[in-house]
Amino acid sequence: MSMSDINTADQPATFEFSPENLEEAKKHIAKYPEGRQASAVMPLLDIAQRQFGGWLPQAAVRHVADMLDMPVIRVLEVASFYTMYNLNPVGKNFVQVCTTTPCWLRGSDEVVSGCKKALGLKPGESSEDGEFTVIEVECLGACANAPMMQIGDDYYEDLDEASTIKVLEALKAGETPESGPQSDRKGSEPAGGLTSLQENT
Amino acid sequence: MLNDKDRIFTNLYGLQSPGLDGARARGDWDGTADLMGKGQDWIVDEVKASGLRGRGGAGFPTGLKMSFMPKESDGRPQYLVVNADEGEPGTCKDREIMRHDPHKLVEGCLLAGFAMRAEAAYIYIRGEFYREAEALQSAIDEAYAAGLIGENASGTGYKFDVYVHRGMGAYICGEETALIESLEGKKGQPRLKPPFPANVGVWGCPTTVNNVESIAVIPTILRRTAAWFAGLGRENNTGTKIFSISGHVNNPCNVEEEMGIPLKELIEKHAGGVRGGWDNLLAVIPGGSSVPVLPKRICDTVLMDFDSLKAVQSGLGTAAVIVMDKSTDIVRAIARLSSFYQHESCGQCTPCREGTGWMARVMDRMVRGEAEPEEIDSLLDVTKQIEGHTICALGDAAAWPIQGLIRHFRPELEARIAAEKEAARNRVA
Repeated sequence: MSMSDINTADQPATFEFSPENLEEAKKHIAKYPEGRQASAVMPLLDIAQRQFGGWLPQAAVRHVADMLDMPVIRVLEVASFYTMYNLNPVGKNFVQVCTTTPCWLRGSDEVVSGCKKALGLKPGESSEDGEFTVIEVECLGACANAPMMQIGDDYYEDLDEASTIKVLEALKAGETPESGPQSDRKGSEPAGGLTSLQENT
Repeated sequence: MLNDKDRIFTNLYGLQSPGLDGARARGDWDGTADLMGKGQDWIVDEVKASGLRGRGGAGFPTGLKMSFMPKESDGRPQYLVVNADEGEPGTCKDREIMRHDPHKLVEGCLLAGFAMRAEAAYIYIRGEFYREAEALQSAIDEAYAAGLIGENASGTGYKFDVYVHRGMGAYICGEETALIESLEGKKGQPRLKPPFPANVGVWGCPTTVNNVESIAVIPTILRRTAAWFAGLGRENNTGTKIFSISGHVNNPCNVEEEMGIPLKELIEKHAGGVRGGWDNLLAVIPGGSSVPVLPKRICDTVLMDFDSLKAVQSGLGTAAVIVMDKSTDIVRAIARLSSFYQHESCGQCTPCREGTGWMARVMDRMVRGEAEPEEIDSLLDVTKQIEGHTICALGDAAAWPIQGLIRHFRPELEARIAAEKEAARNRVA
């Protein structure tokens, strides 16, 4: 993302970690050798983003730079290089639809249309009430369970249009739909019966 | 077909507990201290003798790579870094290891790390795998609590730590030097080699980067012997491998099979066959998005291993089998990969940064047939100008799918251009 894409109107003036998150941040810093605290920049930015409701304000970038004794521009480079940092506000339910070839072959167009039908949103759009953002993403590494989408930290797999709508409607109703395959198989086993490891179950 | 008794990942589908009790019941952490007692060189020699080749895509001999680490320390600590940044389209095997059989990886970190005289392992897992990182951390916590790793790992007196480091969304971090940069808290842009990581890796220290599956199979190889592993598969292509089968098959799945299994047998035995039957097959990308596509006539007989697939100008890569039946718009399927590589280019090298965008734009026109026939050759020419001219292999990875398309489906591209010209003439008339 380029810096000109950052919406300045939403930016808070300051950012501080909550006491619990500060503890968590210190645990991450302790994973790396003495003097190599810059290695903790990615987890710290992630914690800041989680604390701020799914997006990373510039004040948090400055705060993390200060904590790790890094130039602000180095932290900003990291924040703008990796796609999981959202430099602008996103909806409470952050819906990422994979459309890379393995998902596309299995019908990711249906997942996109399911989002449109359930939420009225096309990829790149957010609902006005701040509840949902839908984006298109590259391969999420669940190709044997394609097509799929990630909502927050959870994967919803083996989707079609109807099951996509069902998951999203449940979220709209304030429920927590069960993650994983929306079909009746477990993990990435072959549907219709195991072809290996039968004797181990 | 591989027998269950020769399968390493016996909880691939998560039907049993991923925890320490379940892992022990599956044979993990059994006699780890004895294996370490045989010495560092013994472990490296066993891995060499097993014939294990890296499971992350490049297929470099794992034991040889381990032997590149300094045997005498010059004072710098040494590290094992595990590449769990699984993001090659089609590939979804390491995820299953980390969420369903994480102790295989943790024990592998200790044994391989010990053999390479490393003081710690950092497992770099892609950020989107949040639940998998939780499962892995939970296994690490269990291993510390049981004294298997830590100050006195498995009672051997060897100190060994294992840490999880989450990425935050960048395919390029699957490239080992980009991964190292990222682990140091920087943008994931690959480094020039030499120096190689075994001399100058993370924080300037000797480092070896191995794929999750490569590390996770090592404890079983050591317990069951190198000869057992080497007895599976074919010469120079030994052992078992997790295949991720996606796309137009009846039952997409992950499955552990013997190296060198015929592609057709793999798909028919485990994935329920091609949708509409084998004769409805159009093409297969046999090793993740980076390797060239193969038309049905080659798929009929090809074996799934490094050398067999190289011989047909493709590759085993990560063993991610992407199946496309005759309903597939093959040009669009490959064009979508071109836009993937455009999105994921880190921007460091000009041929890749500019070339991936250029190729994606031309491929988009090829999908619609809005091109001149001679542009097929100029597209091929540009792929050759990118291939081999960048710091890392992402440039090659972006070039190969298009080269495969032109090699095997040139008539389809030509027909599409001709049809669009005809349609344009009719629109004018």
